[in-house]
Amino acid sequence: MAADPLIRVTGLRKTFGNHRVLDGLDLDVRVGEAVAVLGANGAGKTTLLKVLATLVRPTRGTAIVAGHDCARDPERVRREIGLVAHGSYVYEDLTASENLTFWVTLAGVRPSAAALAGALATVELDRVADERVRTFSAGMKRRLSLARFVLVRPRVLLLDEPFAGLDQRAKKWLEEHLASFKAGGGSIVMATHSFGRELAVADRIAILVGGAIALDTPRGALSADDVQRLYALHAEDTC
Amino acid sequence: MLTFARRTFIVVWKDLLVERRSKETLNALFFFALLLLFVFQFAVGPDRERLAGTLPGLLWLAFILSGLLGLGRTFVVERENDCWEALLLAPGDKSAIYIGKLAGNLLLMLVVEAILVVLFGFFFNLDLGAVLPALAVVIGLGTVAFAAVGTLFAAMTAQVRARELLFPVLLLPVQAPVLLATVKATEAVLLGEPLGSVAHWLKLLAAADVVYVAVGVLTFDFVLEG
Repeated sequence: MAADPLIRVTGLRKTFGNHRVLDGLDLDVRVGEAVAVLGANGAGKTTLLKVLATLVRPTRGTAIVAGHDCARDPERVRREIGLVAHGSYVYEDLTASENLTFWVTLAGVRPSAAALAGALATVELDRVADERVRTFSAGMKRRLSLARFVLVRPRVLLLDEPFAGLDQRAKKWLEEHLASFKAGGGSIVMATHSFGRELAVADRIAILVGGAIALDTPRGALSADDVQRLYALHAEDTC
Repeated sequence: MLTFARRTFIVVWKDLLVERRSKETLNALFFFALLLLFVFQFAVGPDRERLAGTLPGLLWLAFILSGLLGLGRTFVVERENDCWEALLLAPGDKSAIYIGKLAGNLLLMLVVEAILVVLFGFFFNLDLGAVLPALAVVIGLGTVAFAAVGTLFAAMTAQVRARELLFPVLLLPVQAPVLLATVKATEAVLLGEPLGSVAHWLKLLAAADVVYVAVGVLTFDFVLEG
């Protein structure tokens, strides 16, 4: 792993009206590293991802992604990130192949038919490439939204509850895909409140409480039970 | 430049493909236009003199009302599965998205307007053959101005709760000079006058087209960012 962080968040604060969602949050994510941000509902996990994705401007503090400030230079940040949030970002009346063509072309990539087919094969949707997305399950839509990153190749993946709504096979696929993304030098920030497969992918666990990181620890040999205990100690006691 | 053109084209391609598959907007607009014509037919009656005076206004009223319905739906598809958010995150010049949306809207509106002109001719027993080229110029210039502002305002109001109300309230006042010019030019063209006689109105429409499209291109990024 290189020493320089690919993501550096310093003193991040975000308020909506009188409600302070993020309050002096600090976080570094290095190249090839995956951080699972754990927290209860309303802890600020999604807001953190939205700040990193340039969808929300911070009230105070800085968020730097690949050397670019999310607030001052969102356009450059957008070239480096891939966001998978609650929405699947697909058009129901287009086929999988058409959806993929649309989004990667809009991102400035000119995909060949072979590259499109390859990306769909990577997410195991090649057999339904010409079927309308309207007929797809939530898991298939999630995989299709990830397929664009096979072609666009961002350096950072921002994932909000990435394993939610997926069946066991899809979860296994996503786990392998994220591991291979990390191995290729990509960094991942995952927001979650579950203790499932996200933890297997994560190199570090960050527990978010009251808008700030209460615990940031290497996952190392921590089991899911250990993480759950730590989470209970830091998060649930303060809620 | 090539990337800009490709990005513009892909937006038009996507919008037209979604419309071809769903047929939501075109079908609704067609039946709405048909209903309008029935209402106009009853309101004006068979009096030819009365018809000559009101026809240009009625024609543009039909264009505007069906246009309001169609343009208002421009960004509805983007709310599905949070595609709006993904459009915002797409790197590159956002004005390509605006031009693509505008081109898709223009095509849709011109199809509906062509159908309306044919139906007007049929309902009011008019022979529009001789004036059709001149009428097409006026309609084309007026529609570009209407669609340019309409696409921008549709984006502006897409995330607002009262968008159905806000959209026409914002759009119609801005369209006042365009409406005046189009109705006056259409009136002259339908009376058989040459286009040269309404050159001043056509110049105003062309200027409005350039200004409105330029404003859309320059401000769409800010509108999308909200």
